[in-house]
Amino acid sequence: MSKPSHKHPTHVERAGPPLIEMKDISIAFGGIKAVDHASIDLYPGEVVGLLGHNGAGKSTLIKILSGAYRRDHGEIFINGGKVEINNPRDAKALGIETIYQTLALADNVDAAANLYLGRELRTRFGTLDDAAMEAECRKVMGRLNPNFRRFKEPVKELSGGQRQSVAIARAIHFNARILIMDEPTAALGPQETAQVGELIKQLKAEGIGIFLISHDLHDVFDLADRLTVMKNGRVVGTARTSDVDHDEVLGMIIAGKCPPGAVPGPGALQGVAA
Amino acid sequence: MSMAATDNTQTPAMAQEGAVTRFLRATEIDSRMLGMIGALLVIWIGFDAASAFVRGGEGLLGGSFLTPRNLWILLVQTSSIAVMTTGMVLIIVMRHIDLSVGSILGFTAVCIGTMQVYWLGPLVGVGHPAIWIITLALGLALGAAIGAFHGSLIAYFGIPSFIVTLGGLIVWRGAAWSVIRGETVAPMDKNFKLIGGGISGITPGSIGAIASWILGLVICAAIVAMIYNGRKQRKRFNFALRPMWAEYVLAVAGCIVVLGVTWVVNAYYWPKGVVDRWAQQTGVTVPPEGMNIAFGYSIPVLIALGIGIAMTFLANRTRFGRYIYAIGGNPEAAELAGINTRKITVLVFALMGMLAAVSASISSARLDSATNALGQFDELYVIAAAVIGGTSLAGGLGTIYGAMLGALVMQSLQSGMTLLNFESATKDMVVGCVLVFAVWIDQVYRRRVK
Ligand SMILES: Nc1ncnc2c1ncn2[C@@H]1O[C@H](COP(=O)(O)OP(=O)(O)OP(=O)(O)O)[C@@H](O)[C@H]1O
Ligand SMILES: [Mg+2]
Repeated sequence: MSKPSHKHPTHVERAGPPLIEMKDISIAFGGIKAVDHASIDLYPGEVVGLLGHNGAGKSTLIKILSGAYRRDHGEIFINGGKVEINNPRDAKALGIETIYQTLALADNVDAAANLYLGRELRTRFGTLDDAAMEAECRKVMGRLNPNFRRFKEPVKELSGGQRQSVAIARAIHFNARILIMDEPTAALGPQETAQVGELIKQLKAEGIGIFLISHDLHDVFDLADRLTVMKNGRVVGTARTSDVDHDEVLGMIIAGKCPPGAVPGPGALQGVAA
Repeated sequence: MSMAATDNTQTPAMAQEGAVTRFLRATEIDSRMLGMIGALLVIWIGFDAASAFVRGGEGLLGGSFLTPRNLWILLVQTSSIAVMTTGMVLIIVMRHIDLSVGSILGFTAVCIGTMQVYWLGPLVGVGHPAIWIITLALGLALGAAIGAFHGSLIAYFGIPSFIVTLGGLIVWRGAAWSVIRGETVAPMDKNFKLIGGGISGITPGSIGAIASWILGLVICAAIVAMIYNGRKQRKRFNFALRPMWAEYVLAVAGCIVVLGVTWVVNAYYWPKGVVDRWAQQTGVTVPPEGMNIAFGYSIPVLIALGIGIAMTFLANRTRFGRYIYAIGGNPEAAELAGINTRKITVLVFALMGMLAAVSASISSARLDSATNALGQFDELYVIAAAVIGGTSLAGGLGTIYGAMLGALVMQSLQSGMTLLNFESATKDMVVGCVLVFAVWIDQVYRRRVK
């Protein structure tokens, strides 16, 4: 495979402090070191792809950022200032929105209720304004997945892709500064996947920072400015997508081999000249 | 009609759709609820017919079940369980269980009784109007505090609700005994007694004919207003509308039920002894042919109705209710959405405890006494009512009105069998079997509908 020939449309400004910096993060479940001294950062308007084999620790790392897990070790900075994220509410208050790999939808309520879960619209009497939420939901879903019609059904009756659209809608609807997308297109058809691609470019242009977890190298090369590869909970290396090619990235994922175009992390294979 | 209207119903075979299906589709009535009302009617008619043979009476079919008196008492007897089951629905929806409600009921009842008889009574004078207010408020606060305590153990210490409330079941029953050392506290305050629906002196615990008719008409007006408003809302957002005839059917059926119930409670009159006592004390002369003074809606039934409406509002129209259902659907997702699931858990259990205290007031007021055995096994009836009413033990699914109907079904069975002179052991066995049978029918029904 050859190096990707395309240029990224936007230039990412990396002069200031990063939007997000996760430093030396570790977490263990029982004996398993799911994330082991991992560091990762993200600048405004940047898409950073997060890659790695199954069980590499990608989801766990970003769940620490989204407040789902509490880290055992390490620090998180936003715009250079240290922050404490102890639960999902903290993360949301900091403008961090997440599309989870498991989607994390309340299966027994409808799309609008899920879209607004935790942030319901209310009437002036303080009661739920279901009609307004449904009307808004129809608008958002219309942009994301125009074929979507099933607004009254509990989301457990929706298809995998429809559910994923609901999860995406929820993450982008509330003016996030930082967006975490954990395999956001895994269940989507080609048309919907292309739409999410367009959406990512649009959000990026608005200055939003995005962590994109994906197993699809083409997607990552197409959308990401940089990529970070993890293996067994540790960071193998980080590189600009323009400085590495597909084969080198595959080598990082499978063998942990850090190519010359990448900055090695603690998980890089030792003693191997690249 | 747009697509959405057909999307809403879940009938698989549209081709063979019968009149019933079309009716249900148009009116958007939950067919499960219709089934329950049908079962209730079968039970009522069956008991009236059966009691016609056993003892006779003035009932619709010559029995003694479908009489104003029996139906009035049936409603009063249902109210205590009905109040608690509205809270139990929310607990079960959240994938928890509360086994302690009967014991909380007993404990709060003896505390309320003790305060009235041994503390406030002697302090401010027996029968002082402040007594019932203070003791009721303290009783509700006590129930809420116990519930909140259980909820905290569940939410913050991670102990399963089954275990916490099983412990509570034992602890609070013991605590009830310790407060009064096994004695009976009586009599309750004379104003407080009205909460039970009985007659205190010559003051009835019910609102009489005129107020009942007014209330009935107000409820009818509310039903019509709700249907009208719902239609207006749907129009505003261009959502699908029900056909006009369906709106009329709903409004008329609703009003007939309300006015019918009002008629029944107004057709039950004070017993002659009370009328005489009342006449004597108020100086009214009773005509020789006697005097018909209607009971009307009783206070415990009004409390249960009010709580049913308030809890339905809470469940469907507030954030709190939305969060309860979302947590039941997927607790992890709710937490990730930023919902403070622990706080909600504590609040729901506190609410349950408070409802148990409401039932404690109703039960002890009706018996005009409090004992440490009050409310024993109530937790089982409350849970059974919720489950019969369609609450799924898997969580996420259940309605307040369904559970209250479930309570009415259970109480109807109990009362009917009492009329037929069943032994209490037999009654227990029947009720237990009915519970299992009802849940099985429900499962079959749900599988068919899917
Ligand atoms: N809640 C948990 N309890 C115990 N172990 C966990 C938990 N979550 C993750 N792990 C373990 O941590 C490791 C990393 O898992 P993680 O989900 O982060 O992988 P991933 O890189 O997202 O993989 P995939 O590509 O399959 O999504 C795995 O070994 C997993 O078994
Ligand atoms: Mg993952």
